Amino acid sequence: MKIQNRLQHKLTDHFQPAFMEIVNESHQHNVPEGSESHFKIVIATTAFNSLTAVKRHRLIYKLLASELQGSIHALALHTYTPEEWATQHTPPPDSPPCMGGGH
Amino acid sequence: MDIMVKLKELVESNTVVIFMKGTPQFPQCGFSGRTVQALQQCGEEFAYVNIFDEPEVHQNLPAFSDWPTFPQVFVDGELVGGCDITLELFQSGELQTLITEAVAKKAA
Repeated sequence: MKIQNRLQHKLTDHFQPAFMEIVNESHQHNVPEGSESHFKIVIATTAFNSLTAVKRHRLIYKLLASELQGSIHALALHTYTPEEWATQHTPPPDSPPCMGGGH
Repeated sequence: MDIMVKLKELVESNTVVIFMKGTPQFPQCGFSGRTVQALQQCGEEFAYVNIFDEPEVHQNLPAFSDWPTFPQVFVDGELVGGCDITLELFQSGELQTLITEAVAKKAA
């Protein structure tokens, strides 16, 4: 299974998000075409209610620990509760371009 | 010294510290570069550790902070977050407040 699909399945099963978008940003980086190394995840779920941003990110990092150990080099996370998502008007920022550093 | 003790000392003795890829002048990762820029714009002094120069820190900080990726920003001994959280806090003005208060507390 493609990594992006695996991320989609795992996150959907675990968080039942009200909104989710997974973007493969690998093409912005110095990696071979078709790579699955850099992703951005925008996710809104009630599982984040009353959690700090650090705790929200940790939940995702734990769920995706094996993928992070493997081929994923960068994971940009933008986490919201459904209420925050409904009321926030600024889109999540674009991820930066790579500057060539390794793992 | 035990690396975990060393890391604890590092984050507690520096009011603001970033663990990053490269240096503030020459970041080697876009995420580190953006994060360090946000810190610079807050106008207070901060410490940095280039994890490529400190393999022991690179290897052990994720277990210490329960955070698998870099950069990592600590204020007053606490993990603030990585690039995404630090930038969100910067854009909302909360990063400035957090840092200013931590620096004032340290000076008091």
